Amino acid sequence: MTQTQASKTHTDVANFDRWTSSCFLPGAVVIDPGNSVLYATGGWRSDRPVWNEEACTNCMLCWVHCPDSSILVEDRIMTGIDYEHCKGCGICANECRFDALEMILEPDPLSEQAGAPVKGGN
Amino acid sequence: MAEVTVLAATGNAMVAEAFRQAAPDVLAAYPITPQTAIVENFAKYVADGRVHTEFVAVESEHSAMSACIGASAAGARVATATSSQGLALMYEELHIASGMRLPIVMANANRALSAPINIHGDHSDVMGARDTGWILLFAETAQEAYDNSLISFRIAEHPSVQLPVMTTLDGFITTHAMERCELLDDETVAAYVGAYTPAYPLLNGETAAAQGMFASLGGTYFEIKKAERAAIDASMPCIKAAGEAWAAVCGRGFEVIDAWKCEDADYILVVLGSAAGNARVVARELRAQGIKAGVARIRVYRPFPFEELAQVLKGARAVGILDRSDSFGAQYGPVGLDVRSALYGEGLLIPTRDYIYGLGGADVTLDALRQAYGELQSLAAGELDQGLSYLGTR
Repeated sequence: MTQTQASKTHTDVANFDRWTSSCFLPGAVVIDPGNSVLYATGGWRSDRPVWNEEACTNCMLCWVHCPDSSILVEDRIMTGIDYEHCKGCGICANECRFDALEMILEPDPLSEQAGAPVKGGN
Repeated sequence: MAEVTVLAATGNAMVAEAFRQAAPDVLAAYPITPQTAIVENFAKYVADGRVHTEFVAVESEHSAMSACIGASAAGARVATATSSQGLALMYEELHIASGMRLPIVMANANRALSAPINIHGDHSDVMGARDTGWILLFAETAQEAYDNSLISFRIAEHPSVQLPVMTTLDGFITTHAMERCELLDDETVAAYVGAYTPAYPLLNGETAAAQGMFASLGGTYFEIKKAERAAIDASMPCIKAAGEAWAAVCGRGFEVIDAWKCEDADYILVVLGSAAGNARVVARELRAQGIKAGVARIRVYRPFPFEELAQVLKGARAVGILDRSDSFGAQYGPVGLDVRSALYGEGLLIPTRDYIYGLGGADVTLDALRQAYGELQSLAAGELDQGLSYLGTR
């Protein structure tokens, strides 16, 4: 495949859901490794993990088990949860030995508790 | 300068030779009559060290095409062969191969489908693959099966095509009957077929690539399918170029429609595959009696050469379509529907009749073809209605 066609898809992979037929490589081959970070899946969530920083011991069990790399860590210290990608599977809360993660029902998007919509909340 | 060996060979033997000369990296196959000899011969070439191919003996045709898809995605040149129930068992993988734009070359020995069980030649199997996104070629002779099989690699692997190609020959009539054939030398064929450079192979590629992705709601699937339609539509110039390039090497002509005396013909039979010879014998006989008969044989069936065919048929007073399979419940058989649509598209309201013939290897007699040409004369004279009939039944 020519470089022209490759670069055409490569530059705008974040917006693949707006591509027309000619933007795809033949067979819809994807040549942009690591692009799943661009695909916000937070809107799939019906249950939300809530983190209790006080109870957290930074044991990293949740970080190890999270299938969507949504446990945010800086310098070996947990800093929060990536709600743009967390699908609400609940594995983190299930694995946590210190009751530092709790699953709550995702608020109704139109309620006051919901706050501003997260990316990927379509 | 090409070196030509003249030999007596069957269609199966010639396809096996073509595959050996094209030297695929991987060939995965399962035996089925009347294709078996293609893979049997090829396996012997591998065992004898005459071709260095990873030969994968699988447990079914479903597995055969799956293995071919995996190997092709990895970046290999891939070939296989099947027939009838085997092709039917590949059905879901046929769509995957074309949807992933994998340039797999497969020979199909055209054969009837059960039930009732029957191992002989007709086009019921390949017509089931008509809408799967594969390019479909039909050979008339063992020689042409060889030529088409080599041309197939050039078409499939062309960077702007990247589609699987099925190179078909009629079961037993072409697969097993021995004919005078010309085999070109290995170096000449290798130079014609060329080396295959996959765009984004999963193995040994410079670019990390993912294949077979999920595309769901929101229209992404829809856009990708539109690209697939555009690809097969745009493949016709590449098919012609590949065929003409081989014609220049071997000296045998290449036309997507092999038209025999159609320029001034009043009555034309349209046919695919091995029955064309019988049709020409009868057409020649009729011409000796002053009746202008012609034969239009479709060599490339998908993409369908509707413009070329309409050009060939435009002067006819009546057209008969020989269909070696039925599209049960449809107005005409599959080829008949395509031909009528091509005529309509060009504004040609030529009366047509569709003849379902030779199912399950039933004989295609000269008398039956005389009857068809006779009916075309009645059709043109307004003494017979358009429609479908079974030709040659008791």
